[in-house]
Amino acid sequence: MKIAVLVKEVPDTWGDRAIDPVTKRVDRGGDMVIDEINEKAVEAALLVKEAHSGSDVTVVTMGPKSALDAIRKSLAMGADRGIHIIDDGLRGSDAVQTSAALAAALKGRDFDLVIAGNESTDGRTAAVPAMLAERLGVAQLTFLRTLAVSGDTVTGERVTPDGHVDVRATLPALVSVTEQIAEARYPNFRGILSAKKKPVEVLAIADLALAAGDTGGDNAWSVVADVTARPARTGGTIITDDGTGGTQLAEFLASAKLI
Amino acid sequence: MSHVLVLVEVANGALDSSTPELLAAAAVLGDPAAVLVTEPGEADAFVVELGELGAAVVFTASLAGVDSMLVTPQVAALHAAVTASGDVRAVIVGNSPDGREAGARLAIRIDGAYQGDVVGIEADNASGGVAVTQQAFGGSYTVTAGTGRGIPVISLRPHSIDGRAPAAAGIVTEIDIAGDTTACAEISATHEQKQASERPSLQGADIVVSGGRGLGSKEKFVLVEQLADSLGAAVGASRAAVDAGYCDHNLQVGQTGVTVSPNLYIALGISGAIQHRAGMQSAKTIIAINKDPDSPIFEVADFGVVGDLFTVVPQLIDAVNARRG
Repeated sequence: MKIAVLVKEVPDTWGDRAIDPVTKRVDRGGDMVIDEINEKAVEAALLVKEAHSGSDVTVVTMGPKSALDAIRKSLAMGADRGIHIIDDGLRGSDAVQTSAALAAALKGRDFDLVIAGNESTDGRTAAVPAMLAERLGVAQLTFLRTLAVSGDTVTGERVTPDGHVDVRATLPALVSVTEQIAEARYPNFRGILSAKKKPVEVLAIADLALAAGDTGGDNAWSVVADVTARPARTGGTIITDDGTGGTQLAEFLASAKLI
Repeated sequence: MSHVLVLVEVANGALDSSTPELLAAAAVLGDPAAVLVTEPGEADAFVVELGELGAAVVFTASLAGVDSMLVTPQVAALHAAVTASGDVRAVIVGNSPDGREAGARLAIRIDGAYQGDVVGIEADNASGGVAVTQQAFGGSYTVTAGTGRGIPVISLRPHSIDGRAPAAAGIVTEIDIAGDTTACAEISATHEQKQASERPSLQGADIVVSGGRGLGSKEKFVLVEQLADSLGAAVGASRAAVDAGYCDHNLQVGQTGVTVSPNLYIALGISGAIQHRAGMQSAKTIIAINKDPDSPIFEVADFGVVGDLFTVVPQLIDAVNARRG
C-alpha cells in the first residue's frame, strides 16, 4: 500500500504566536515545530504500514527550508521518503492554493491512502484535506478518531458535534485524523540516524506545472486586508473566597445581566 | 439582488440550530437562498419554516440514500444551485465539520475563495465584494479579509450575527444531483451521545461551563454539569480533564478542541494553559474559579474567585436558583 502523509511546520503553541503586521502573515521567525496533529497522522500511517507488509509511507510538506525538519522528524519516526514543495513564489498561499500545490505533487503517484491532520494549530481552517479530496477526485473520510484498512476498504469513526458516525470508503481515499487517533511514537536513535539517509524529493512551482499567475499571496483567492492584535483583557476583579465567594459571583453575574 | 446561498443542515427531522443565523448572515449581503438536501419526499416539511426564517428561494435536491453519504451530495447541490441561480454573491455554510467541508470542496469546484470560521460579514458595496472578519490564534488577532478571486464561500461561527432575516417567500426550485458521480464515503452507522438533559450544544451555546483537572475525578465532574444545568449552559472541559477521563472528548475546549465564543464562559478548576485560552478567550465575559491564585486563567477573567470550587460552586448554584426561584 502506498501512503502519503501531509505534514506542516507551525509556530510552537507553547510560545507566544504572532502575525507580522507588515506582511499580514504568520510570524515564522520564532520556534517552529511539526504540528502535533501531523505527528499523529504519521503515526496513523505507520500503523497502517505495519499492518500491511510491503507498504511505503511518503511524507509531504509545503514550506520554506526550515520545513525540512518536519520531514526529517517524520522519517525518524519511520516514514520512508519525503517530498518537500518549496518555492518563494508559493509564499502567502491560501488554502485554495495550498491544496492545488499538494494535489499537483500527489497526482500520478498512485497513492492508495492520503492521511492529513484534521486541522492545523496555526490556520485552523480545516479545509485543505477536503479541498485535496475534491482535487484528487477521491473519497474523503475526515475527522477520524479510528482508522482501519482491510482489503480495498478503509473504515473509521468520524467525530461529530453530537457523537460519532462510522464511515467507510473504497481506496484510494483521503483521511484526516483527530488527536484521538494515536499517540505518536518517539524516534529512536537508529531512526534519527537513518532519517538523514532517506530520500527527500524537492519540487518547485515549475515541477508542479502550476500557472505563475495562480500562485502566492499576490494571486490568492482570499486576501487579508487588515490584522489587529486584540488588546489584552484587563480590569478583571479577582477576589479570594471568604465564605461568600459564590454569592459575590452570583451578584456580579446579576449586575452584568448574565443571570 | 444577488442570491446568497445557505447550506441548510438537517438532523433528526429538524433544521440545525445554526439555520436562522446563517440566513440572517445571508440577508446582510443579498437575497437568502436556502439549499436543502434530503431523502426523497422529505423537503416539503422544511420549506415553510425556511421561508419564515428569511429564505427567498429554497433550492431542494433529493436523492435516495443521501443521509448515508458524507458531504458530496451537499457539494453537488450547492454547485447546482450556483448554476441554477446564475447570480450568486456568496455562499454561507455552518461551522460544523460537514458544513466546512462541503464549503471547502465547493470553493474548489466553482473556483471560488474559501473563508473559514468567520465571525463577521459585511457587504463591501464599493467593490461589490464581501468583507469577512476572522480571529487568529484563538482570538489574539482580528483579521479582516476580502475576496481576491471568485465567489466567496464562507463558514460562519455561531453567535457571529445579531438579529434575524425578515420572513420571505421561500419559493421552491428543485435541482437535480442524480448525475453526481463524485467518489464518496458511506456513513454506515450513527452514534449520538446520550444527553443527560436538554443541554445546548457546545459550539452554539450562549453560556458554557467548563471543568478542568481541579474537579479531581469523573464523579466530581458532575458539579460542572449541575452548574451548567442551573444556568441552561453547555458543558465543556479542558484537555487535562478530558485526558484524565473525567468526560468525553467532544467536550474539549481549546487549541485542539472546540473554539467557543459564548456570552459567558465559566472555568472551574482550569489553570488556563495557553492552549485552553486559545479556545475560549473571545468569550464576552469570562469567570474563573480556581484555588491557585497564580493560575493564568485569572489573567483573562472578568471576575475570578480564588477558592475551593467545591464550596464556591454549590453556593453559586444556590444563589442562581434563588434568583430564578
